[in-house]
Amino acid sequence: MIRRRTGPGLAAIGHALPWAIVIIYFYAAPDHLGFGTQVIIWILFAMSLDLALGYAGILTLGQAGFFGLGAYAAGLFAIDVSPDPLLGHLAAVAIAASFGAVTGAMILHTSGVTLLMLTLAIVSVLSEYANQARSLTGGDDGLQGIKLDPIFGMFEFNIFGKTAYVYAALVLFAWFLVAWRLVRSPFGRSLDGIRQNPRRMRAIGTPVWWRLVAIYTISAAMAGSAGALSAHATRFVGLSVLSLLTSGIVTVALILGGTRRIYGAFLGATIYFVVQDYSAKISPFFWEFVVGGMLILTVLLLDGGLLDLGPAALRLRDRWRGAEKDRE
Amino acid sequence: MPSFALTVFLDGISYGMILFLISVGLTVTMGLMRIVNLAHGAFAMIGGYVAGYVTQNGGNFYLAAIAAAAAAGVLGGIAEASIYRPLYRKGELAQVLLTIGIAFVTTGAITAIFGAFPYPVLFPDYLTRPIDIGFRDYPAYRLFLIAVGAVIAAVLWLVLDGSIYGARLRAAVDNPRMARAVGIDVNRLFTLTFIIGCGLAGLGGAIGAGVLSLEPDYALKYIVLFLVVVIVGGEGSFGGSFVAAMALGIIDTLGKYFVAEAAPYLLYAAVFVLLLWRPKGLLPPKSAT
Repeated sequence: MIRRRTGPGLAAIGHALPWAIVIIYFYAAPDHLGFGTQVIIWILFAMSLDLALGYAGILTLGQAGFFGLGAYAAGLFAIDVSPDPLLGHLAAVAIAASFGAVTGAMILHTSGVTLLMLTLAIVSVLSEYANQARSLTGGDDGLQGIKLDPIFGMFEFNIFGKTAYVYAALVLFAWFLVAWRLVRSPFGRSLDGIRQNPRRMRAIGTPVWWRLVAIYTISAAMAGSAGALSAHATRFVGLSVLSLLTSGIVTVALILGGTRRIYGAFLGATIYFVVQDYSAKISPFFWEFVVGGMLILTVLLLDGGLLDLGPAALRLRDRWRGAEKDRE
Repeated sequence: MPSFALTVFLDGISYGMILFLISVGLTVTMGLMRIVNLAHGAFAMIGGYVAGYVTQNGGNFYLAAIAAAAAAGVLGGIAEASIYRPLYRKGELAQVLLTIGIAFVTTGAITAIFGAFPYPVLFPDYLTRPIDIGFRDYPAYRLFLIAVGAVIAAVLWLVLDGSIYGARLRAAVDNPRMARAVGIDVNRLFTLTFIIGCGLAGLGGAIGAGVLSLEPDYALKYIVLFLVVVIVGGEGSFGGSFVAAMALGIIDTLGKYFVAEAAPYLLYAAVFVLLLWRPKGLLPPKSAT
């Protein structure tokens, strides 16, 4: 890994800024907390993908499966078992994590296109099942009638979405601490190695398959948590949570911001939803055009997403200076 | 009972023919150049919309189908030369992202031009009527699909098996480095094949519009199906994709008759199991075995 040209002061600002924005937004835009909550949920979702795809290099388009599973689990838990949101959230995370562990154990010995197809097959099975099992999921109409108790019996979910926003922000912060700690641990470092050269890692004695299953499970738990937040915040689960488009959008959000940076998910998801919101106002489907265009440009021009704009500019400057020196 | 079996069989292979027509280009992209091309459905969709536009404005159906193939082929050639080429050196992730980006852009553009609603291709009257095939009436359209698919599959087979172009292409799929070493211009070969593949996809999108209905979601909705054909058949394996497409068509049709509710997810579950059992597909080309 290349050391970045940042001092401790700059790093502190870098840490404080995103969270300051999360807090300021709460007071500055009380009428748009629904939008803010959605962005926070998708930051968490994109962060979960960063662990699997960014750090461990697991080529997956199946992340929507865990998000959807978490959302349906949280919704059904609230309807059929108990309206306690925290219990429901825990149940959703547990279900998504177990599903991630089981499917991960089955597929993670493969790689590349085969792995991609396996993840697509899994999410297709889930979405077709959810579509057919109308009595359970509501099918096309979505899962409706989710009612929740107040959190700790005190904070009620209301139409202004204050509770949902704070709840989502706190969950995001908790998962952020987990992810931050994780990628800096020896375990996280070994994932770096596995992404770059699995064969060599195996040769030096790393249990590659176990490590991949472990990070895939954690990533699934995180995505399930994001799904549960989404079900709780909107009290609705639509069939589209399990679609390829959902996997596509979360990948776009992550890549726009930049992989393997944790904060890449923050930047990417925010930009994605702001752009989607604005372009959808111009024309309902214009955002697909804009997002696709952003994706193409990001892949062709920037290797590390928008957070790479700074370093890319520095590289350009260095090359420029180098060229000047050559001329002298 | 035999007539019922024959009906299922005809339904299945007519569906399979469309899947084959659209997917055969994808098998080359993925087998020859090792590109994960999630934008392939977009080319089929473009072909379909071109045909829809021409027929809705009074154009001849067959001219419309040719225009569809030409438009998809030309756009494919342009995309290959401009966007795909920088991708060959990049990893699978970059390929997945960029080709999804192309699918998004196409979906957005199609919605902006044609609207978000299904967009029909108008088939000639005699294709929309059922005709008597001895023991029962059967939709002429389905027979037409089978005929076109069979002719194109036969032509492809003759070209791939008999011509120097086919020999070069097979050599390049089996071992691109060796093919380069003996003087085959693999890049040019690929551009040509990419154009033909996109053209066939456009044709498939156009004449198959009665089976896979055209809407802006088309590019992303059906790409999984096309990928399944390619991967199950074995990347780069033409015979494999033909077998896989037919099998998929027949299994899907059988599923619709017998286990209507479970059919779609059973299909994907079967694909999942098959890929775990044979990660390289049913009939992988020699280099992959």
